[in-house]
Amino acid sequence: MSEQRTEFKRMMRRYFKSPTNVLGTVLLIFFIIIAILAPVICPPQPGRDPFQIPMATWNAAPVAPSADHPFGIIGGRDIFYGVIWGTRSAFKIGLVVSLISALIGVIVGSISSYFGGWVDEILMRITDIFMSIPFLVAAMIMTTILGKGLGNVMIALIIFGWMRVARLIRGNILQAKSEQYVLAAKALGIADWKIIVKHILPNTIFPVIVQVSMRIGSLVITAAALSFLGVGAEPGYADWGTILSYSRNWMTELNKSWFAILYPGTAMVLFVLAWNLVGDGLRDTFDPKMK
Amino acid sequence: MTAYIIRRLLILPIILIGITLIIFSMIWMLGPDRLLASYIKSPEALKTEDAKERLIAKYGLDEPTVVQYFKWLGNILQGDFGYSNIAKKPVQEAIAERIPYTLELALWAIIPVIAGGIWLGIVSGTHHNQPLDHGIRIVSLIGWSMPDFVFGLLILLLFYTVLGWFPPGYLSYESEAILRSAEWTKYTHMATIDSILNWNFSVFIDAFRHLIGPILTISYLWWAYVLRITRSSMLEVLKKDYIRTARAKGLSENVVINKHARKNALIPVVTVAGGMLVSLLAGVVIVESVFNRPGLGRFTAQAATQLDYFSILGSALVFSIILVLVNLIVDISYAFIDPRIRLS
Repeated sequence: MSEQRTEFKRMMRRYFKSPTNVLGTVLLIFFIIIAILAPVICPPQPGRDPFQIPMATWNAAPVAPSADHPFGIIGGRDIFYGVIWGTRSAFKIGLVVSLISALIGVIVGSISSYFGGWVDEILMRITDIFMSIPFLVAAMIMTTILGKGLGNVMIALIIFGWMRVARLIRGNILQAKSEQYVLAAKALGIADWKIIVKHILPNTIFPVIVQVSMRIGSLVITAAALSFLGVGAEPGYADWGTILSYSRNWMTELNKSWFAILYPGTAMVLFVLAWNLVGDGLRDTFDPKMK
Repeated sequence: MTAYIIRRLLILPIILIGITLIIFSMIWMLGPDRLLASYIKSPEALKTEDAKERLIAKYGLDEPTVVQYFKWLGNILQGDFGYSNIAKKPVQEAIAERIPYTLELALWAIIPVIAGGIWLGIVSGTHHNQPLDHGIRIVSLIGWSMPDFVFGLLILLLFYTVLGWFPPGYLSYESEAILRSAEWTKYTHMATIDSILNWNFSVFIDAFRHLIGPILTISYLWWAYVLRITRSSMLEVLKKDYIRTARAKGLSENVVINKHARKNALIPVVTVAGGMLVSLLAGVVIVESVFNRPGLGRFTAQAATQLDYFSILGSALVFSIILVLVNLIVDISYAFIDPRIRLS
C-alpha cells in the first residue's frame, strides 16, 4: 500500500513539475467551481428548467453589455447566464460522451482481442466502417434523424465515437497476451475472461484514461459546432455553441454582436485548453515514451 | 508490397458496402412517413384522403427492409441519389455543382497548412526550449483549443466588419456578372483557376479575396496540429545516434537538420496527413457555413437544418467515399516511404 502511495506521490510530483499542467489543472478547477456554483451565480427562475436561458427582452437585436447584463444580450437571451450554465452543459457533454463511448470501446476491443479469429475480423471491419464516415458529418446526420436536443447530440456523438478506444484496447490486449504476467496467470489455470478483467485491463487502462481526457475538449467543440450549424441543442438552451449560433443572424454586422462571440468563445477556448493541457500532462506522466 | 496493396484493395469493397449499410439504416430509422416528405415535391399531392398510404406504397416504402436496401443500392449505383428539396434538383447534380467550390478551397488551403505547419514544427523542434519554441507552442496551444467556427467568426469580425478587406461569400456581383457572360469559359468551375485561364485578373483578385478568410481559418487551426507532430518527431529524431554521428563528423547544423534529420522526422507527418485531409473535409462544412461559401459543406449543413434527408445522406456518402480513397492512398504511400510497414 505504502509503496503504491509513494508511486502515486512521485507521479503527482512529475505531473505538477510542468507549468502547463499546473495551468490546465487550475483552469479545470475554475470551471468545476463555476459549474457547481451556477445556481448561486445565476439563480434560475423558480419552477423553470434552469438550462433554458430566461428571456431578458423580446427584441432579437443584440444589446451591448451593461451592469445588469455583463456579457450583453442576443436573441433576447442573457449571455452571462448562458455562459455560466453552459459550463454545466459542457461538462455533461464531455464527460458523458467520452466515458460511455470509451466503455463501448473497451468492451468491443476486449471481445475482439479475446476471441480473435473471425470475431476479431468482423468487429475490426465494423470499426473501420464506422471510422470511414467523417465524424462531424456522421454526428450531423444522426442528430438530424434523432431530432434536436442536447440528449440526441450526445447519443449521436457516442454512436460514432467509440472506435479509437476499441482499437487502442485491442492492440494493448494483444500485446499484453504475450507478456510474462499473463502467461503466468494462464499457467495457473485462471479463466481467460478473468485474466482480461483482473490482469490485462488494469494494465492497459491508463492510455484509455489519457485518451478520454484528451477527447473531452474536441467533443465539446463538435457538440458546439452542431449547435452552431443549427442541428444541435434547441435555441435558448444554455450551451456555448447555441449562444454563438445567434451570431449567424448578424453576420454582416458582427461589430454589433461581438460580445456574443467573444464571451462564449473565450469560455470554450479556455475549457478546451484546460482539458487538452490536462490530457497532455497525464499522457506525459503515465507514459513518458509517448512524449 | 504488392501483397499489402492487394490486401488493402480487397478490404475496400467491404468498407464501401458497410458505409452504404450504415447510411441506409439511417434512412430506415426515419420511417416511411418522414421519408415520404422527401419524395413529395408539392403539397397538392397529399390532398386526397388516402394519398399518404397510396404514396407510401407507390414509392415502395412499405416493402421489406432488405428489398428497400437493394433497391436503394441499385439507384445509388446508377447515380440516382434522390431528389433534393433545397436545391430543387436531383441530389447528384446538386453535389456535382458544389464540389468545385469545396475542392478549390481545399487546394488553396492544403499548401499553407502543410508547408506552414511543417516549417513551424521544425523551427520549434530545433530551437527546443528556447523563447522561439515557447512562443510558437503557446500560439499553437491556443489554436489547438480554438473551435474553427469561433476563429472564423473572429476573422470575419476583424477583416470584414471592422477592416472591410476580405468579404464572405464567393464572388462580388461584378465578378458574378462576368462569370455569367458569354466570353467566360468555365474550364474547371473554380473561379481562381478559370480567371487565370481566361486572363482576367480582376476576377482572380476578387475570388482570392473571398478565399483568404476560409484559408486563414483552416490554416491556423491545422498549423497547431501539424506543428505538434512535426515538433515531437523532430525532437525524437534529433536524439538518434546517427544525428550525433553527423554532428561528430563536424557537419554544420544546417546540413544535419536539412539532410539528415528532416526527412526522417516527416514520416509521422505523412501518417497523419490522411487523417488530416479527412478532418479538413469535415472542417469545410463549418468553414463554408461561417464564410457563406456555396460548397458541398454548406450544402450538407443546410440540408441538415432543413431536414432534406436525401441531400444529407448523399453528401455523407460522397464525404465517406472521398475519405476511404484518401486513406487508401495515404496507406499505400506510407508503405512506400517506410519499408518497415510493407515487410510486416
